[in-house]
Amino acid sequence: MSRRLRTALTPYALIFPGGIWLAIFFVVPMVVMLSLSLQSGSVEDGYAFTWNWHSYVDGLTNYHDQIIRSVIYGLSSTVIQIVIGFPVAYWIAFKGGRRKSVYLFLLLLPFLVSFVLRTISWQFLLSDNGMLLGPLKGIGLLPEDFRVLATPYAVIGGLAYNFLPFMVLPMYVALERIDPRVLEAAQDLYASRFQTFLRVVLPLSLPGVFAGVLMTFVPATSDYVNASVLGGTNTTMIGNVIQNQYLITQDYPTASALSFTLMALLLVGIFAYARALGTEDVLEVAAR
Amino acid sequence: MTDIQAGTGAVVAAAPVSADVPAIELDSVVKDYVSHGEVVQAVKGVSLSIAEGEFFSLLGPSGCGKTTTMRMIAGFEEPTRGSVRLRGEDVTNVPPNRRDVNMVFQSYALFPHMSVWENVAFGLKRKKVPADEIKRRVGDILEVVDLVGREKRRPREMSGGQQQRVALARALVNRPRALLLDEPLGALDLKLRQAMQIELKRIQRDVGITFVYVTHDQNEALTMSDRIAVMNDGLVEQLADPREIYERPATKFVAGFIGTSNLLSGTVRQVTGATAVLSFGAGDQVMVPADGTAGVGDTVDLTVRPEKITISTEQPAGDLSIVRGTVAEVVYLGTYNSYTVVLADGADITVFQQNAHDSTITAGRGDTVWLSWQPRHSYALR
Repeated sequence: MSRRLRTALTPYALIFPGGIWLAIFFVVPMVVMLSLSLQSGSVEDGYAFTWNWHSYVDGLTNYHDQIIRSVIYGLSSTVIQIVIGFPVAYWIAFKGGRRKSVYLFLLLLPFLVSFVLRTISWQFLLSDNGMLLGPLKGIGLLPEDFRVLATPYAVIGGLAYNFLPFMVLPMYVALERIDPRVLEAAQDLYASRFQTFLRVVLPLSLPGVFAGVLMTFVPATSDYVNASVLGGTNTTMIGNVIQNQYLITQDYPTASALSFTLMALLLVGIFAYARALGTEDVLEVAAR
Repeated sequence: MTDIQAGTGAVVAAAPVSADVPAIELDSVVKDYVSHGEVVQAVKGVSLSIAEGEFFSLLGPSGCGKTTTMRMIAGFEEPTRGSVRLRGEDVTNVPPNRRDVNMVFQSYALFPHMSVWENVAFGLKRKKVPADEIKRRVGDILEVVDLVGREKRRPREMSGGQQQRVALARALVNRPRALLLDEPLGALDLKLRQAMQIELKRIQRDVGITFVYVTHDQNEALTMSDRIAVMNDGLVEQLADPREIYERPATKFVAGFIGTSNLLSGTVRQVTGATAVLSFGAGDQVMVPADGTAGVGDTVDLTVRPEKITISTEQPAGDLSIVRGTVAEVVYLGTYNSYTVVLADGADITVFQQNAHDSTITAGRGDTVWLSWQPRHSYALR
């Protein structure tokens, strides 16, 4: 093979494994699911492709509560993560000194434990007479019938906890990349600490926040583990419905239709969000 | 020849522009750092008085404390001891955002998320200057730095030289008491750097603002400055105008750091009036202004610039300093020839010979030559 030909083929060779992987494990299931969502029939009689778009209508009619709830939970947990995560990322980036990587490792340490196990440990912590509420009820600070478990707070809290590193890490990367001289320049140009933060640090960290929101809002909204472990009957999320339709009811068309509906919703939401934040700006700074 | 003291330039050189109150005064400023549990003294006691409208340079090798000194003027570092005054007002503990000086950073430190216009207007906005005045002043200063029409560009879309000018405009637009420049041309290539040197000097003359310029580049300092403070190891070695710094280096360090110089040491043979005669070898005689401290038999260090020396194959006559040596190397360098001559005591002397008329080489390798210069061109060093 000539040198030039080899050079020309190298990028394709490099992308080949990943491309094959995505084709087999992403594109094929997507097509299968899309087709499933338009089929009719039952597990016993088998399914046939009939352009049965009623699954979509039925899904939206029957489960719009769960969809709206999922979006609200996803948004709430994302907001909580920004509020908790930003100071953490800021502190590690600017005050972490030589131990930055130690702090980042500490942040990630809980995530060496399985996702489900961590969620179950929250169940212990939050149970009605558990480690947290038990003593508080004992000394009379909380009424006897007070509960957190099986409320939206528990589910949102669990979601916020479980996805926090995916929020902190991108924000950290964006903050860490800010040249300290730029902050000095702001100070030199009469900006107070607060103004420096508002006019320089915050705008420069937005690409990180953007990435963090993408990486947490999407999985949080479609999550079903937190709702099933920490929630109750009134906190069912769309992920639980889909799981139920697939594995228990075995109504594959409805499950597939709901999955696609959720995906479409998230995509529209993300594009609207990117628009609102000015993606061009965000990506421009990110590409720096 | 009237000033017979070696090294007096360190304190006596006067500011060229007289103003009632100096723009910047440093009074015995010391800065200690703690690094790895050890106290490191970056600045060991610097006193300076910089006049209004002066182009003042802090020149020295990296680690000499020049940047720390500047950062104390800007307010980014607080002196461990000593005080900083701006126009007579003590600002030693005033934070940078409340000091009326602005800085041009080495890496420019432009705000990457803002346009040129927003970058330049940043300081005025923080000072709550009315919008129409901001518009006018930003427009004016962009004209001064020749960036009209590029207001909407982002720093990243501009060349190094343009970014440099944005940084300059961003600081100058505030009309600060003094502009501090931290090696601002360091990142530019040679051609652009030389063009910017002239440009900076022009802008400084136009706006009439005091410039404090930190650099390790002697050419930059010599080209632009009214006065230069040569720093080494946390102290000012010499403070004088460029001519004096070059022609009359006060210390060995300054002589070695600025330009090419020859360092010699000889023994005092006799002192006649204001002249001390040093001897090196047979037939050699070197005269330097006597400072009254060295007597017969003492060893004295002296310096002489390569271009002041005349090289000849015959012993020159007259009231000159003369040494004899052997040519070790001759290099043709276009505008001049460079000779390396070894003296009897093993010292190397560099001699530049201008190719003014014919590019003739006076002597070749191994030839015995006489080097001579006017006694006023060599100085005893501290």
